[in-house]
Amino acid sequence: MTTAAGSLATLLVLADGRLPAGGHAHSSGLEAQVSAGRIRHLADVDAFLRGRLATGGLVASAFAGAGCARTHAIEDLDFAFEVRTPSPALRHASRAQGKALFRAGRAMWPAPALHRPDVHQPVALGVVAAAAGLAPEQAAVAAAWHTISGPASAAVRLLGLDPYGVHALLARLAPDCDTIATKAMTYLEKSLDDLPADGAPLLDIGAEHHATWEVRLFAS
Amino acid sequence: MRAVARIVAAPDGRGGTSLPTLAGEPPLLVRRTGTRQPGVPADVHLVGGAAGPLGGDRLRIEITVESGAALVVRTVAASIALPTPHAHGRPDTSLVEVHATVARGGLLHWLPEPLIGAAGCDHDAVTRVDVADGGTLVWRDELVCGRHGEDSGAVRLHTTVRYADRTLYRHDLTVGPAAPGWSGPAVLGGRATGTLIVIDPAWSDGGPPPATPLGDTAAAMPLPGPAMLATAVGADLRAVRAPLERARQLTSAAA
Repeated sequence: MTTAAGSLATLLVLADGRLPAGGHAHSSGLEAQVSAGRIRHLADVDAFLRGRLATGGLVASAFAGAGCARTHAIEDLDFAFEVRTPSPALRHASRAQGKALFRAGRAMWPAPALHRPDVHQPVALGVVAAAAGLAPEQAAVAAAWHTISGPASAAVRLLGLDPYGVHALLARLAPDCDTIATKAMTYLEKSLDDLPADGAPLLDIGAEHHATWEVRLFAS
Repeated sequence: MRAVARIVAAPDGRGGTSLPTLAGEPPLLVRRTGTRQPGVPADVHLVGGAAGPLGGDRLRIEITVESGAALVVRTVAASIALPTPHAHGRPDTSLVEVHATVARGGLLHWLPEPLIGAAGCDHDAVTRVDVADGGTLVWRDELVCGRHGEDSGAVRLHTTVRYADRTLYRHDLTVGPAAPGWSGPAVLGGRATGTLIVIDPAWSDGGPPPATPLGDTAAAMPLPGPAMLATAVGADLRAVRAPLERARQLTSAAA
């Protein structure tokens, strides 16, 4: 099932935080929780990232892997992700990032699959990874990494935390990203309803509150 | 223990609802309550005939609502998932499955008291609801993570709701010692959570109500179909129940 891994350097290009795919504009729900007073210190950021990786990280990882492996079934995967994302604000944020990722992907690895309506970010990541010649497990690990690297960077900007301390958290969580991606790959041939659906009620609720703010630093 | 409870609701031919099947076995006992009259849904209460669910229990509740029938199912008390008593070695998991189907023109309200995941429990709650095009659903689930003053046990919720042969909501939630960050600021941020799912065919044309916050720690959100989800988190059941009750007012799909 798993294909030979693609170029490691190509994976670094796709997973780079400087990829112009709109990721910098999103805090993955962290800004709302900072505002609610639930995240103040580095330990809170650690708890946020661990919870995020175990829930949305697993779902994103599985959908990125599936998006890379099942390029014939993108619409179905996209709808399956939609029904796992009840918050309209989070759906919008995910689709906006998927659209931006396709745009970047078309410039880097032109492929007909990248000329389609916007899809959710993890599914788009899988499709772009396939266009780049990467394997599903590489898409899966990039997706897991994306779910924690974005909010970690947002935490530095929102809370003025020591960036070395935040990157130390990320380094400690890197093996967990591998574990999540390995777990995600066990779902590669599952039916749509059997793909992971681990949700985070607080982030759905926070996103809907965040969407009502007039002034915010991040789009989500 | 292994037990199955079955409830079938059908129109009684006089504008009311009859229950041609109403069968349970310990610890799942079912009782018809309330009045029987035209235009009023049949009321059924699940009565716990034993403590639990305990580790090793395999319990299943099957609900069928036929076209033209209306059914409200409640429980008389919270369901407390407990570890296997006197377990030697690794205790067994407990499992409660709820499978419900609602036909076109049928109405089901599932309004049980909460599930409480007692310390040390290892519990799976699997919910699968299939509503046909034109069916009506109000489905509430609440979870309290641990009894008062104790840590949470391991609880895994798996929820699939389908409408008109298409999944419109898939949600899993894992809490307890093996779930990283579950009580932290990315998942629950508290010890209690609950959801209310409404499918209302009256929303087939205009769509469900737009997303709206319900107080500080709850929100109502439209699902892809004539449906909405309200989700709430809080320190305790009361903080969760109140916004879910407010969300129930957003639908005309009254029982």
